Amino acid sequence: MPSSERDIVIIGGGTNGLACAARLAKSGRRVTLLEAGEICGGGATTVEFAPGYRVSGLAHLVTTLDRRVMSEMKLARHGLAYAEADMATTALGPIPLTMRRGETADLGAADARAWEALHKRLDRYAGLLAPFREMTPPRLSRKGGNDLKGLARMGLDLRRLGKAETRELLRVFLINVADLLEDDLMDDRLIGLVAFDATLGSWLGPRSPNSLLLLLNRLAGEVEGKRGAIALPKGGMGAVADAMVAALAGDGVTICTGARVATIRVEDDRAAGVTLDTGEEIPAGLVVSAISPQATLRHLAGPAHLDTGTLRQVHGIKSRGGAAKLHLALSGAPDFGGADLRHRLVIAPSVDAVERAFNPVKYGEVPDRPVMEITIPTAHEPELAPDGHHVLSAIVQFAPHGPNNRDAARAQMLENTLKVLEDHAPGLRALILHAELLMPYDIETRYGMAGGNWHHVELSVEQMLFLRPFHGAAQYESPLPGLWLASAGSHPGGGISGAAGWNAAGRILGGRT
Amino acid sequence: MTDPRLHYLEPLRRTPFHARTAAANRLSDWGPWAGYISALSFGDTEMEYTAIRNGASVYDLCPMVKYRIAGPQAAAYLDRLTVRNVSKLSVDAVQYTVWCDDAGKVLDDGTLFRFAPDEFLLCCQERHLPWLLDATRGFHVTVAEITEEIAALSLQGPCTASVLHAAGFDVSKLKPFRIARFDFGGTELRISRTGFTGDLGYELWIDPAQALPLWDHLMTSGAPWGIRPIGTHALDVARIEAGFIITNMDFVPAEQALREDRVRSPFELALDWLVDWEKGHFNGRRALLAERKAGSKWAMVGLDIDGNIDADGALIYHNKTREVGYITAAVWSPTTKRNIALAQLERPYHSLKRENLWVEVYARRELQYAKLMLKAEVVDRPFFNPPRRRATPPGAF
Repeated sequence: MPSSERDIVIIGGGTNGLACAARLAKSGRRVTLLEAGEICGGGATTVEFAPGYRVSGLAHLVTTLDRRVMSEMKLARHGLAYAEADMATTALGPIPLTMRRGETADLGAADARAWEALHKRLDRYAGLLAPFREMTPPRLSRKGGNDLKGLARMGLDLRRLGKAETRELLRVFLINVADLLEDDLMDDRLIGLVAFDATLGSWLGPRSPNSLLLLLNRLAGEVEGKRGAIALPKGGMGAVADAMVAALAGDGVTICTGARVATIRVEDDRAAGVTLDTGEEIPAGLVVSAISPQATLRHLAGPAHLDTGTLRQVHGIKSRGGAAKLHLALSGAPDFGGADLRHRLVIAPSVDAVERAFNPVKYGEVPDRPVMEITIPTAHEPELAPDGHHVLSAIVQFAPHGPNNRDAARAQMLENTLKVLEDHAPGLRALILHAELLMPYDIETRYGMAGGNWHHVELSVEQMLFLRPFHGAAQYESPLPGLWLASAGSHPGGGISGAAGWNAAGRILGGRT
Repeated sequence: MTDPRLHYLEPLRRTPFHARTAAANRLSDWGPWAGYISALSFGDTEMEYTAIRNGASVYDLCPMVKYRIAGPQAAAYLDRLTVRNVSKLSVDAVQYTVWCDDAGKVLDDGTLFRFAPDEFLLCCQERHLPWLLDATRGFHVTVAEITEEIAALSLQGPCTASVLHAAGFDVSKLKPFRIARFDFGGTELRISRTGFTGDLGYELWIDPAQALPLWDHLMTSGAPWGIRPIGTHALDVARIEAGFIITNMDFVPAEQALREDRVRSPFELALDWLVDWEKGHFNGRRALLAERKAGSKWAMVGLDIDGNIDADGALIYHNKTREVGYITAAVWSPTTKRNIALAQLERPYHSLKRENLWVEVYARRELQYAKLMLKAEVVDRPFFNPPRRRATPPGAF
C-alpha cells in the first residue's frame, strides 16, 4: 500500500535536513530523518580530533544561520548559546587592523571615509538580497508559481534605492570584488580582508567575475538581528546541530543515525521510500534529500528514473572545493603579535595575496602562501582542550580539489600553512602536539560534499537562484515526482544556515517559501 | 586534409556501391545525404517509381546513420531511450521507433534491429552520438557509430521475393519486421523484411567488402523482373503513398530546431501509438504524460486534395480564411490516382473541425503562377497499403 504523503523520509541530518524536518513536523507530517553518520550535524559538528582536543569539525563560525530556523525551532531555548555573538576580526600583519561588522578605527582618514561609504552601500545591497534567501527562487516562465507578492515587495524595496543607487547596484552586481575595492580604497589590509571574506568557501579569486555577489550573500546573513555579524557557538558548531536535534525531539521526528541510504525506491514513477545499505526498506510518501543533489540523483535515484537532459545538467554542476580545514592541538597559547585570540584572525595581507593563493589551484597545485581564517576556540572556552592547552581551527585557502597526488598535496599544504602561521606567530610550530588538515577531497570523503565544496553546488552566479542546483529543479522539487532536494546545493546555498531545508519544507507544504 | 576540422572542404563520400550507382546514373543526378552523395534519380524517376510498385527496385541505403548498441543492459538502455517496449522485441526482429528529449519532443525516428539478446542496431536519419552516449550513464552498455561498417541496400517491389529466391536466398518464411541470415561469399548477409515504400520489400545488410559482388548478383538474378536502381525522388513518391514521415522534411528534430515552436511530440506526429506507457520510465515520459493530459497543439494527418497539382509546402486554411496548418510532403499518387499530402494541422482542425479545409497552391505553368484554393479532406494513412506488403509467404509475382 502506498504511503501517504504525510509520511516523509529525509535523507541527511545536516542543518538543512534538520531544519526541513522541523518545519514539516510542525505541520503534522510524520518525519523520519536518516543520518549516515553517528551524529547529526553534517558540516556543523564538534569533533575530538586528538584525545582531549575538541574543535568544530568543518564550519567553525556562524554567519548566516537562518533567523526563521533560529526562532521557530527555538534554538536558544534548546541550548544554542554563543561564546561570542558579535565577534571582532583582526587582519594580521605588521600593523593589524581590527574590525567588527565593518566598523574599524584603524584606517587613515581617507580610507575611513571611503570605507564607511562603501560598507554602507554594500550593507544596503546585502539587505536587499536578504529576503531572497528566504524565498523559493522565482521561475522565468509566466506560470512558474512565483511568489508575486514577495517579488513585488522586493521590487518596491529596489525602487526605494533611487535611480542613482539602482544604477550603481546594477553596475557592481556581477563585478569582481577586487575592482570594486581598489576603485575606492587604498589600505591593503582592508582590501585583503574584504577580498578574503568574499571568496571564503568559493572557487573564485577576488579578481574572478561575480566575486562581489558572494560578499553580498555573506553580508546578508545576520546573528541575533545584527547583519554581517560573526558568532562562535558555545561548545563549537556541534551546538547548532545539538540544539536542532533537541528541538526535533519535541516535534516527534524519528531520527536514525548510522542509517546510510543505498537507493531511493521508485514505484509508479514516484519516490516511494528508501532502502538502507542494510537492506532495510523504509516506505514514505515523499522523500526529501538534504545531501548533495549530485549523489541523490546520480546514485540514489539513479539514471534509469531520470531523463538524459536532466543527468547532463547534474553532471555539469560545478562543485570544486577550494578550502582546506586545519586543526591544531597546541601546548600553549600562540602569540599572533599580541592580537586578541578571541578575535577571528585573518591572514590575507592584500588582494594580490588572496589572488596569488587562488592561482595555483586552477592547475591542481598548492599555493606557497595560503590565506586563512583562524579561530582559537579555547580562548573563549578553555574546556575544549586540557588545562593551559589550546586548539586552533582555521579555514585555509586555496587548496586544490583534484591534485595528482593527494597525500603529497596535503603534506605540502600543511607545511606551507604552518610556515605562514609561524611567520605571524613565531614559535607556534613548537607548540603543535597534533595537526590535522582536511583537503577538499578529505572533506568530500568525510562529509559527502561533492568536490569538497561546502555548498555541494559551487556558489557562483551561474548556479544561483533558478539555476540552483540546475534549471528545472530550483524550486526544491526534483524531476522525479515525490523526491525533493533540500541541501545546501539548493537555493540559497550552504554556510550553516538551514535556509534551504526550511524553504524546501515550505514548498513541500504547498507554500511559496 | 590533415586537420579534421576541415572535413567540410572535402568532397562528400562515396558509398561502397558507388562504382555501380555512378555507372548507372545517366544524369549524374546526386544529392547530399549524411555526408555521402546519394542518387536523386538515375535519369527516369517515373520508371524507377514503376519498378517499386510493379517490379523490383534497388536503393543504396549506406548513408543511413547506424549505431551498434551492445551490452548486458542494452535492452534496458533502449527502453529508457526510446518510447517503445524494447524488452519485448524478439531476437532477429525489427521495430520502428522514436526517441524524445526531456520535454517529450521527438529527436528522431528510426528502425531498431535486435541481433542478439544484448546486441542492437539503431538506424536513423540524423546523427545522435552525444545524446546516445550521455544516455548510457548508469547502464552497462556501449554505443558506437558503425555507419561505414555496414553496406545496406533496400530491395523493394512486388517481385523482390522472387528476385531473392532466384538469387539463392529463400525468404518465403520471413515475416514483416523479421531478420534472416544467409551466407554470401563467405560473409553473413542479413536480410530484414523492412522498407520505406509500403510495399513488399527487403533490406540487405552486408560487409562493405562484399557490396559490389552483392549488387552484381542481385542485378543478374533480378534481370527477368526488370530490377533497376532507383533514386530518392522515386522513393519519395512511394513513401508518401505509404504515409511515412522523414526527419527534417516532415518534422524538425528537437535538437536541431532553432525556433522553440518547431519541435513536435509523438502525439503531434501521430506516433503516440508507439508509446508504451506501462514499461516504466523512458526519456520524456513525464512530459508526454503531461501533454497527454493537457492536449497537444499539432496533429499529423493525411490529406486528399482536389485536382492533380501537387501541393508541396502549401498552407492550409479553414474556410479559406484562417490559417490552420501546412503541408510537409505532397505528390500526385500514380498508383492510387489521388492528389495526396502529409500535413501538420493545428488541433482540432484534424478532427472536429476537419470540414471546410482548403489548400493554397501556387501552380507554375509555363513561367506563370496560378493561385489555386483546392479543397482538402483529411483521410486515413497509408494512402496505399496492398495485402502483398504483409503476405507470408510473399506472392510469387
